[in-house]
Amino acid sequence: MRFLLDAGQRAFAGSLHALLTAADTPAVARDWARGDHARGRALWSRIAGAGVFGLAVAEEYGGAGPHPVELAAAFVELGRHAVPGPLAETAGAAVLLAGSASAGRFLPGLAAGTELATVAAPGGWAVDGDAASVRLRPGPEGLYLSTAPPGPVRRSLDPARRLTRLAPAGELLCADAPYDRALVWTRLATAAQALGVGLALLDRTVDHVRRRTQFGVPVGSFQAVKHRLADAKTALEFARPLVFGAAVSQCPAQVAAAKLAAGEAAYTTARTALHLHGAIGYTAEYDLSLWLTKARALRSAWGTPEECRDLVLAQGL
Amino acid sequence: MVTAVDLSLSTADEEFRAEARAWLAAHVPRTPLPSLETAEGFAAHRAWEAELAADRWSVVSWPERYGGRDSGLLRWLVFEEEYWAAGAPGRVGQNGISLLAPTLFAYGTEEQRARVLPPMATGETVWAQAWSEPEAGSDLAALASRAARTDGGWLLTGQKTWSSRAAFADRAFGLFRSDPAAPRPHQGLTYLMFGLTAPGVTVRPIGRLDGRPAFAEVFLDEVFVPDEDVIGEPGQGWRIAMSTAGDERGLTLRSPGRFLAAAARLRELWRAQGSPGHARARVADALTAARAYQLFAYAAVSRLLEGARLGPESSMNKLFWSELDLALHETALDLLGPEGELADGAWAEGYVFALAGPVYAGTNEIQRDIVAERLLGLPKGRR
Repeated sequence: MRFLLDAGQRAFAGSLHALLTAADTPAVARDWARGDHARGRALWSRIAGAGVFGLAVAEEYGGAGPHPVELAAAFVELGRHAVPGPLAETAGAAVLLAGSASAGRFLPGLAAGTELATVAAPGGWAVDGDAASVRLRPGPEGLYLSTAPPGPVRRSLDPARRLTRLAPAGELLCADAPYDRALVWTRLATAAQALGVGLALLDRTVDHVRRRTQFGVPVGSFQAVKHRLADAKTALEFARPLVFGAAVSQCPAQVAAAKLAAGEAAYTTARTALHLHGAIGYTAEYDLSLWLTKARALRSAWGTPEECRDLVLAQGL
Repeated sequence: MVTAVDLSLSTADEEFRAEARAWLAAHVPRTPLPSLETAEGFAAHRAWEAELAADRWSVVSWPERYGGRDSGLLRWLVFEEEYWAAGAPGRVGQNGISLLAPTLFAYGTEEQRARVLPPMATGETVWAQAWSEPEAGSDLAALASRAARTDGGWLLTGQKTWSSRAAFADRAFGLFRSDPAAPRPHQGLTYLMFGLTAPGVTVRPIGRLDGRPAFAEVFLDEVFVPDEDVIGEPGQGWRIAMSTAGDERGLTLRSPGRFLAAAARLRELWRAQGSPGHARARVADALTAARAYQLFAYAAVSRLLEGARLGPESSMNKLFWSELDLALHETALDLLGPEGELADGAWAEGYVFALAGPVYAGTNEIQRDIVAERLLGLPKGRR
């Protein structure tokens, strides 16, 4: 038993953090929200170049995976930097296609970052269908590649998530895909991303309340402010081991618990962040909005809190 | 990249788990012991400590020469998981084992360890804590009880209160002001051990919310304590006590096994009651939180094994377990419906016990201040 990231894993996350810090991800996310994908695609290539998508792809298809722990570490960083795009969906698509006859056709592009994939949630939206070249949709006879253009983009509460309906027709790729396993990966990635979103919201809010003065002192010296931030910190730090524990076990109930805890911690932190920033936090222009809105969207993506609770209750932990 | 994160136990650890499980299956009392907070229950729990100790299960992580198994912290966690899953009794030796013993390991002399620890391990000596005073609660450094120098030792005078277990315990440990002229309240304090039946000591039990004497006031009138019962250097008591507080709030006071077992029992109760929707989310959240607490502890043990120390993150621990414990028991009472009102119900004493969690061992407001100031770097302000 050793439940700590090792030096290599920490260095991997650290280098991704450095890459993203230098990439002006808030500007990239704002472009993406307008449907301008140019800078987002360039960043996507660099993220793929760092090996992120390859963590969900086997070596024979150009990846290095499966490495769910490293994937979780990477997605914490992607969330921390509000990176836009169908990130968890691309990881999940790689798992969906892994055993199929189409693996060699799609997986190398997903690992290399030349292809972006989205997956329609059952009966639901496909995020960034306008940007993704690989659009997957479970259907009555199996897994389909949606070939016709997706429907019009609907705005998400998180402007950087562009929601589309995938066209119903398409190419039947395989009769049976590993949906449960793919959902584990997609949900795990989303949980890790939510954790990263929460950590960023906490960092930015701590920074704000240290600098903002009222009544002649930093507002961060007031207990009413401190205690909300302490609660957010505690919620995030107890969600973190669930995320990494779920990455190790890949057990559906553990992954559901991780998604539940990370999603709730991030959302609670978002509420705290909005409140403690005061009115400036309530503006679209201020970059905090990128994380505030994402925390809400990720809370219900790939497993609402209630769906996750059902799994926890059915299987126990 | 190779995945080095490993949650599996070694074969030897699994054998340890199996041995503990088998022993507990053979020894855990079939019917629950009477409440620990009664004279009869206290005696029964003390006898249980002796039974545990006879086969070296009372303090598995301690060195063998004091009654332990030198098991390491990981196996302590494993033992605790088995212990609470087996429905074993509460630990009357808890205060000594999880608060005083770590202090003795860190600051005590070999003579003190050899003298104090073995009877603590067997329950022969049960310890109470004596921190709070009527005017020193959250602001513990405001304490006024005195330790005055005398020939060969110290004379303790003053009043301690909210002293857990003191109604029936044998000895107590706490902080006393040995240098009233020290320039700051945190200075001039000394950490001492004293007998609760020594001349000059008066113990007045206090009924907690359910009336049971779970704690007591302790009045001290020139109680003689020999030098051998001072822990560490006189005047260094604050630093020494705070290291104990870190352990208390951190790993050792409330092991994950306790909450894993309680959450599993809560899920059983929920199902037995027909899986009612009103408690569904809270049961799921209790299961999730108990697992989070377990994994957080595994991460903490992993860090300790690599030479780290428990720092202010132990304040997050205390916040988390105390709120989990209360939420879990409240949910159980709600699930029981009108039966939940019964004072002798299966969850009632645990509920009353859990109510105190956010207050003792440093209130949760104090813990939030610590998290905010020492983990998040926020400026100090008025409390």
